[in-house]
Amino acid sequence: MMRTPSTRSSVSTPSTPSTRSSVSTPSTRSQLNTFILGLLLALGFGVSTAVAGGSKDFQPLVMSEKYRSECASCHLAYPPALLPLASWRRLLGSLDKHYGVDASLEPAEVLEISKWLEPLAGTYKKVREEPQDDRITKAAWFVREHRKIETEVWLRSSIKSAANCAACHTTAEQGNYNDDFVRIPK
Amino acid sequence: MFKQNLQQLVFAMVLGAAATVHAGDTTPTAQLQRFEAAAGRPASADSGRIFFTSTHGSKWTCASCHGESPTKVSKHASTGKAIAPLAPAANPDALTDAARVDKWFRRNCKDVLSRECTAAEKSDVIAFLLALKP
Repeated sequence: MMRTPSTRSSVSTPSTPSTRSSVSTPSTRSQLNTFILGLLLALGFGVSTAVAGGSKDFQPLVMSEKYRSECASCHLAYPPALLPLASWRRLLGSLDKHYGVDASLEPAEVLEISKWLEPLAGTYKKVREEPQDDRITKAAWFVREHRKIETEVWLRSSIKSAANCAACHTTAEQGNYNDDFVRIPK
Repeated sequence: MFKQNLQQLVFAMVLGAAATVHAGDTTPTAQLQRFEAAAGRPASADSGRIFFTSTHGSKWTCASCHGESPTKVSKHASTGKAIAPLAPAANPDALTDAARVDKWFRRNCKDVLSRECTAAEKSDVIAFLLALKP
């Protein structure tokens, strides 16, 4: 279930759902700098950003370090809530053939990730449907919410792939996909 | 300005993530020696460079994700995710965790060569990476 974002000291509180497609600019430079500083501090101290930065839209309260180090080396640490349990189980059961690459792990590592991930899998209405190929980007809600993005935009070298959330969602690493933080790169 | 900030942020985060996750248990030179010993011959940085930038019959090379000269942050060929430099001169965390070295050689060699790499190939790649200057 999507949590309501709470106030953060450095960034204004988003108050609208993420289905809008408008893109805003940073309100001030200093806010942005503070935000970046906050991120770096969180990383520097090894603190889970989910805890450090207050409530985020999709970030689990506890982030598995195993998930971060194994899965998020090649792609963003996709929020567990964006796929249903059956999809996650299929993905974790076929890591040696993971969308064209070998992402295999030791069985104990798969188990560790499963234990953390499965209770966090999406159960709310929007995510209940299992998308084609278990791709988040094939889910009906994803397609609908990105329907105004032209093909040319997806293909830009600064974006490359719909899987590259952080190319436009500047706060995706923190689980925040609110439109207020979307910047579409040239 | 924002773009520049963002690039700096991404770079810092990539390095930061690498630094927080991987406690080093070895050195790049020790890894070179390990694979040289297993191969039974000295490594060649030149062979490593050619190996690193060749397709080996698949659509990807090592450089597809790690960059032609892996001293800079590069982008994953399919996801666009930033990847920290592999060259130890540009990234102090590179090649400092033996299990991680083994795991990524195993995974990525299968992606590029459809097989595991030999000890000789691994030693050549590490020699190539060690010879790079930032």
